[in-house]
Amino acid sequence: MACISTDGTLTESGLKMFRVLNSGPVSPEEIAQRTGLPMYRVRGGLRDLIPAGYAILKGDKYQLTEKGTALLK
Amino acid sequence: MEEVKEQEIRLPRIGEPAPDFEAVTTHVRVKLEDFKGSWLVLFSHPADFTPVCTTEFIAFAEIYPELQKRGAELLGLSIDSISSHIAWVRNIEEKTGVKIPFPIIADLNKEVSTAYGMIHPGESKTETVRCVFIIDAKQIIRAILYYPLTTGRNMQEILRIIDALQTTDEHKVATPANWKPGDMVVVPPPSTQEMAEERVKQKEYDCIDWYLCKKKL
Repeated sequence: MACISTDGTLTESGLKMFRVLNSGPVSPEEIAQRTGLPMYRVRGGLRDLIPAGYAILKGDKYQLTEKGTALLK
Repeated sequence: MEEVKEQEIRLPRIGEPAPDFEAVTTHVRVKLEDFKGSWLVLFSHPADFTPVCTTEFIAFAEIYPELQKRGAELLGLSIDSISSHIAWVRNIEEKTGVKIPFPIIADLNKEVSTAYGMIHPGESKTETVRCVFIIDAKQIIRAILYYPLTTGRNMQEILRIIDALQTTDEHKVATPANWKPGDMVVVPPPSTQEMAEERVKQKEYDCIDWYLCKKKL
């Protein structure tokens, strides 16, 4: 998973994405704009986070779950 | 049986949707649709840790900012593992100071390279040749280049093709031989005799004859 290292901590790009996701429901475009990450990386990263339980999709926006928020602490 | 054989070897063509894929890369697992909205330069190289490919990767890294200015992303591919890709890009950075900023597909099962016709058995049965697929923001293949194993690609030509295609899309014109941004462009030829007669009278065009007129943008 590109956002989370094998030791369970956030990668540099993962931390950027999680901080934006933690600010409320956001679209992939907003995440790309606010993190400076390319769209393919945001979309690919988000696709991994949902089945792993770190983020949820509400409509067309994403937000962290409790499990995702816990990684920021 | 014949039909199946033909489907197996069918190569992607200009003007058609790019074949869909999902693949592991050095950055993140990607699908083709993740690049929607950006132009994409999908290219294959024969193998990691080989001399011509190393010069190309340095050159691709150098044009990456220019590609980004044109709204284009880069995506490399070879039939090597992720570990090999990571070791190679780290080696390039260590030895030359050039960081490879784009992802590289590890196509060990040859799914993507087969879908895109990147393996040419006459050149090599185990390596991809040097292919370049220029895919637009709607994921239509707009240009394809094939180079043999021994010939490194011309990066300026890749940029020039994207400039030409984007100019064509924006202004509904064509671009002449050796065109580069700032040069005159070709006006689409008239489709009726009346239009041809009017065309040669138009002062704003630089015409050789009715069918070959250029203009400044």
